[in-house]
Amino acid sequence: MLEIKKLHVTVDGREILKGLDLTVNKGEVHAIMGPNGSGKSTLAHVLAGKEAYEVTKGSVTFEGADLLAMEPDARAAKGVFLAFQYPLEIPGVTTMNFLRTALNAQRKKRHEAELLAPEFIKKVREASAKLGVDQEMLRRPVNVGFSGGEKKRNEILQMALLEPKLAVLDETDSGLDIDALKIVADGVNRLRSPERAMVVITHYQRLLNHIVPDVVHVLSRGRIVRTGGKELALELEAKGYAAYQDEAA
Amino acid sequence: MTAELRTIKTDAETALAEAFAAEKARLPGGRKVAERREAAFRRFEAGGLPGRRIEEWKYTDLRTLMRDAKPLAIPPATRALQPQAVGDALPGITAHTVAIVNGAFAPDWSDLPAGDLGVTIIELFAWIGDNLSYYQDLVAQESDLATALNTAFVTGGAVVRVKKDACVAKPIHLAYRFVGDAPAAMYPRTLVLVEPGAQVTLIETYDGPAGIDYQVNGALTLVVGEGAQVERIKVGNEGATALHIESIMASIGAKADYREFTFTTGGAVTRNQLFLRSAGDAAKIRIAGANLIKGRQHVDSTLVIDHAARGCESREVFKSVLDGESRAVFQGKIVVRPQAQKTDGKMMTQALLLSDKAEADNKPELEIFADDVQCGHGATAGRLDENLLFYLMARGIPRKEAEALLIQAFVGEALDGVGHERLREVLAGRVTDWLAARG
Repeated sequence: MLEIKKLHVTVDGREILKGLDLTVNKGEVHAIMGPNGSGKSTLAHVLAGKEAYEVTKGSVTFEGADLLAMEPDARAAKGVFLAFQYPLEIPGVTTMNFLRTALNAQRKKRHEAELLAPEFIKKVREASAKLGVDQEMLRRPVNVGFSGGEKKRNEILQMALLEPKLAVLDETDSGLDIDALKIVADGVNRLRSPERAMVVITHYQRLLNHIVPDVVHVLSRGRIVRTGGKELALELEAKGYAAYQDEAA
Repeated sequence: MTAELRTIKTDAETALAEAFAAEKARLPGGRKVAERREAAFRRFEAGGLPGRRIEEWKYTDLRTLMRDAKPLAIPPATRALQPQAVGDALPGITAHTVAIVNGAFAPDWSDLPAGDLGVTIIELFAWIGDNLSYYQDLVAQESDLATALNTAFVTGGAVVRVKKDACVAKPIHLAYRFVGDAPAAMYPRTLVLVEPGAQVTLIETYDGPAGIDYQVNGALTLVVGEGAQVERIKVGNEGATALHIESIMASIGAKADYREFTFTTGGAVTRNQLFLRSAGDAAKIRIAGANLIKGRQHVDSTLVIDHAARGCESREVFKSVLDGESRAVFQGKIVVRPQAQKTDGKMMTQALLLSDKAEADNKPELEIFADDVQCGHGATAGRLDENLLFYLMARGIPRKEAEALLIQAFVGEALDGVGHERLREVLAGRVTDWLAARG
């Protein structure tokens, strides 16, 4: 589904990713772990198409198509979703309006009929109930005045509604207390499916107690330096990243 | 010969002087009105067209923006024009329409309230005939040169009187329109007298043909009585090459609730100036506006809010969206007189620049002479937030649509203050239309 080959990415003239390779098949959940500054968030943003990230070498193919040639909205319509580490506040745009505009924009691009209001509202109600997102929150401007937990839940709500083929979760656990973490993780787990792949980016192992990955990668200094099963996460938790920082140096 | 320290007259100033000499005998009103005209024109001549050298007009230099003066427009009755309904200026809004066509009240084009609804509407000069002293008092406040020009040339208009405690259900729509195929100038003037305790919504629309560089210099005197509730909404939709100036002189009575919203998308050059005075204690005043402009459009919003009574609250919120090489000017002055203790005044102006060549000039001013007041102002100018755009695009929303969503939200903060719900929707629709036309 996703194939990243020898990816080099520069931000503000500094090379952050230095030949990253990664293959993710549908139905799989991959965790990418690594120390601060290893390039985790850069990878997430490059996949979603953020402008400031310049790809100097390598390729990213998604379902056979050149992902890097697409605008961010085209990638989303193709089924790529990024859950932001820091979801943004959009004053003046209600969450409901945002969700409907996003969903219908994607459907339009895929030549599917736009959802009518009653159908859409029903879908949102169902999805938000499962995540414990109350209706009042949907009427408020996107993320404005939301707590950290509410913002992350809102990200997962968007993911549930947009039903992506590939979800990239960028440090979804950051800033969450244990209860909020569980709600978010349960939301993600409900969306696991044989048709959907996930890339879970995290610094800490604790998220992976709740979202159990099929594959764990260690990212250090812009490259995947080790790949293993879920037990690799536990090893990292016990030993820290020091060994990998040395290895890459 | 004595050397005069006087700038050379512009073509427009020369044309105005010639027009005044030629037309003054034919302009409506009796001898007293003629005297007022003469005095006003002398005042105008002494100052000339306002421009850079006058602080209040620094950013809207009429000496360069108004290249010539057009001949006076011919009123529709004289031209035997077929009356047309003017309600089409705001489709979907049910209102009593007062048509002011080519600078004169056009009853045949209007849809005036029938029966006793607590509103009387009469032609301006018919009213002045009986109320000259009152008219003089009102115009005596003018020192502004554009207003002086209106007083000199005033061609017609209406007087709207809302009786004490009347609650007028339908808005009163003053529909100003230019109809013609050659450039012309109009100087309409309207008086709105809202008596104590009355409630009314007042809408003003300005429309005209796109390809003709006509000129409008209008004036509105608004007297809001004690405890009255008035909402005024102005929709500036002049033709693309028109020059438009409107001066509002408002006096707000004690405990009155006055709110206004000015929405400008049309015209080549627009100056909306408001001189508002709180004449009684504890009035609530809300002044808001939104400008959406492109190309080489120039829109100037100038406010002077004069707190002359105790315990009044004023809020000003202005938003400008600028594309192309357009320019928005905001000048907002809050004056708090020594007697106006417990004044609460806050002013905010924000400009959103969609192009590198657009320009926003913000000039907020506070002049406070009382010591127990709360006053503040803020001004921002910036572009659309790229991070927000990326967030929206990452959810599948194409760039143009994402921009439109953010622009609507930006304008919405001012538009939300419009109390008339249907009109708020109509204006939101105009924002959408403007964005769609942007492509």
